[in-house]
Amino acid sequence: MPRIIKNREVIEDQWTLLPADADVQDALDCRQPIIPLALWQAHADQLRSIAQLGIWLDSNELVEDLAQDLEVFSLVALNFPVFTDGRHFSSARLLRERYAFKKEVRAIGDVLRDQLLMMKRCGFDAFAVRDDRDPHDALRALDEFSVQYQGAWDIPLPLYRRRAAASQVAVATV
Amino acid sequence: MYLYDSYDQQLVQERVAQYRDQTRRYLAGELSEEEFLPLRLQNGLYIQRHAPMLRIAGPYGMLASRQLRMLAQITRKYDKEYAHITTRTNVQLNWPKLEDVPDILADLASVQMHSIQTSGNCIRNTTTDPFAGVAPDEVVDPRPWCEILRQWSTFHPEFLRLPRKFKFAINGSLIDRAATEVHDIGLHLCHNEQGELGFRVLVGGGLGRTPLLGSVIKEFLPWQHVLSYMEAILRVYNRFGRRDNKFKARIKILVKALTPEGFAAKVDEEWQYLKDGPTTLTAEEVERVSQHFTEPDYLALHNEEQLLAQQDLEYPGFARWRSRNTHPHKKPGYISVVLSLKKTGVAPGDITARQLDAVADLAERYSFGEARGTREQNLVLADVEQRELLALWQEIRELGFATPNIGLLSDIVCCPGGDYCALANAKSIPVAEAIQQRFEDLDFLFDIGDLHLNISGCMNACGHHHIGHIGILGVDKKGEEFYQVSLGGSSGRETSLGKILGPSFAQDAMPDVISKLIGVYLDNRTEEERFIDTYQRIGLEPFKEKVYAPHH
Repeated sequence: MPRIIKNREVIEDQWTLLPADADVQDALDCRQPIIPLALWQAHADQLRSIAQLGIWLDSNELVEDLAQDLEVFSLVALNFPVFTDGRHFSSARLLRERYAFKKEVRAIGDVLRDQLLMMKRCGFDAFAVRDDRDPHDALRALDEFSVQYQGAWDIPLPLYRRRAAASQVAVATV
Repeated sequence: MYLYDSYDQQLVQERVAQYRDQTRRYLAGELSEEEFLPLRLQNGLYIQRHAPMLRIAGPYGMLASRQLRMLAQITRKYDKEYAHITTRTNVQLNWPKLEDVPDILADLASVQMHSIQTSGNCIRNTTTDPFAGVAPDEVVDPRPWCEILRQWSTFHPEFLRLPRKFKFAINGSLIDRAATEVHDIGLHLCHNEQGELGFRVLVGGGLGRTPLLGSVIKEFLPWQHVLSYMEAILRVYNRFGRRDNKFKARIKILVKALTPEGFAAKVDEEWQYLKDGPTTLTAEEVERVSQHFTEPDYLALHNEEQLLAQQDLEYPGFARWRSRNTHPHKKPGYISVVLSLKKTGVAPGDITARQLDAVADLAERYSFGEARGTREQNLVLADVEQRELLALWQEIRELGFATPNIGLLSDIVCCPGGDYCALANAKSIPVAEAIQQRFEDLDFLFDIGDLHLNISGCMNACGHHHIGHIGILGVDKKGEEFYQVSLGGSSGRETSLGKILGPSFAQDAMPDVISKLIGVYLDNRTEEERFIDTYQRIGLEPFKEKVYAPHH
C-alpha cells in the first residue's frame, strides 16, 4: 500500500486514486475511491451513495465547479501534472478559506519536497509524494522556515499583525 | 533605509540554510537538473555561458556602505573583482561557482542582503525612483511601500509557481522615473479628492516579446487595501494565466485576452472576498516601516548658486559634469549626484571591487552612508551638500565615475548580452562600446543632448530597448548576429514604445547607422527640440530614408 504524508506523519494510504477515464463501476468497486471530477459530474446520483468518497481535480479544473457538492466528499485531491504548476496553490486556499472545507486536501501528482511548505501554507494537509522519493525526507521541508511574512491558511495573520501583538505582550510583561 | 529586525534576519538565515541543503541535494544527485532549476532560479542563479551568474537583490535600489563593502569582498573572494548593476537595480556576479553560492548567501545575510526571488516565475524585486525621498517633484515617498511589498511577496506561498516572472514598480513623483507603465503591475501613489492616500493601479505592461503599456484597472485604491488587492490580481493570474506557451504566459497576455475591463472585473470579484480580511494593512505597520525612511539629519543649508557658478568658471569640466550628472534635491543646499558607470571601454553598469569600496567610502563621507542603483545602470549619491560638490567631483574623476554623460547618447543602457548571457541572440557590450567610441567627442555629445539609447541582446529586453529613444535589439539570423533598430520609445513624462525602423544591420554597421540617425535629427531639429521631440514631429520616415538610402 502506498504511503502518504498526513498531518506530518507518514502513513499507509487507505484511498484508491481512480484515473481520469474511470467509470462508475470502478468507483463502486473500491472502498474509498478518489474519483475524477468528470465522473462525478456525469454520475453524481449513483456515486453519492459511496460512504467515503474522494474527488480529484486536474490543474485546469476549478474548485468553483465543486463548491455546491463539497459536503459529499471526505477528501479533495488536487493534481500537479508538473511540479512547476502552481494553480492548485490557489485552489487549496479557496477550498479552505472561501468554501470552508475542513476535511483532507491532498496534493497528488508531481509532488516533491520543495513544494511541500508552500502547499501546507495554502491549505494542504496530505501529500502523496512522488513514489520514487522518500516521504520522510520530504517532511523536513515543513520545518525549514520559522518566519512567514504573509498570512495564509496555516497562519492567517500576516507578520505585521503578529509583530504588533508580540510587542504588546512584550510591553505588558515589562 | 530599512533595517532588519530579528524576524527579517531569521528569515534570510533560514533561507541560507534551505538553499545550502538544496545545493547539497543537487550535487548529491538527489535533485535532478530539472528539479533544481526553479530552486536555483528563485535564488537568482543562472547557468550561463562561462559560469553560473548570481543575481543579488538590491531592494528598490538601496545599498548601504557596509553592503557595498560586502559586495566588493564577495567579488574578491568568489568572483573576478567586479560586479554588474542591472536595469532592475540588482547586482550581478558573472563568475561565481555553484558550490560557493551558499557561502555567498551567508555573507550577504550578514549585511541584511539576499538573492531571494531575483529570477524565476515569481514576484521579483520591486523597483522605484532612484531619487525617492529627495526629488522635488515627489508626492509620496515610495520606499516604505516598496518594503511592504517586498515582505508580502517574499516566499508568498501561493505565488511561487506562477506562469511566468512578475515585476512591480512604484512611483511617487510627478515624473515617472520608475517606468511603471512597462511593468506587470505599476503603482502610482496618489491622493483622492478627500486627501486620502492610495494607489492608481496599472496592470499588464511589459517589454519582452510583446511590448505593451499597462492599463489602469483601479483609479484609486485606498492604501489599507493594497496587499489584498495585489493578492486578488496575483490569484487571478496564477489561476488563469496561460501555462501552455512560455511566450504567452505573462499577465499582459491575460489582460489583453480578457480586456482590461474584463480583467478588472475578475479581480474585483476575487477582491470582494479578500478585502477587509487579515491582509488589510495597519497604520501601525505603515508607520513602523516608514520610520526607516525618515529624513536623515540634514543641516540647515541654503542653495549655493553663486559658489557653484564661480566654480563652473574655474573648472569648465566641473560645469559640464554638474549640468548632466546631478539632480535637484528637495532640501536647500543639497543635491543628488549620479555616478556614471558608462565610461567608454567599460561594459555599461560594470563596477570593480575597488570602485565598490570607493562608493562605500564616498557614501559615508558625502551622503549619509547610502547609495542607490538606477534603472539606467548607474549609481546615485542622493544627499550631497552643494558646497561639497566640487570636492566630490574631484574625487570621482580619479575613480572613473565622472564621465559627464548622464542622459546623453553614451549613457547607454545595455544588458550583458551574448558575451555572458546564455539567453542572448547577440552580443550587446561590443555594440555599446563601438557607439561610445564613435561619440567620444563631448562637445558633440552635449550638442546632441538628451538621448536614451538602449541595447538588448534578445527579446527578453533586459536592456529595455523598447523604451529607448533609440532601441537596439540583437537578433539571430541563420546563426549570425544582427541588430534591429527602433525609434521613438520613451519613459518618464510619458511612456511610449519604439517603432521598428526596418531590416536589421550587421554589428560593424551600427556606429554608422547611429551616426545617420543623429544626422537626421541635427538637420531637422528646431531650437530646444530633443531627439525624441524631433522624432515625434517628423516621424519615422526621414530616418528610414536616410539610413536605408543606397550609397552614393
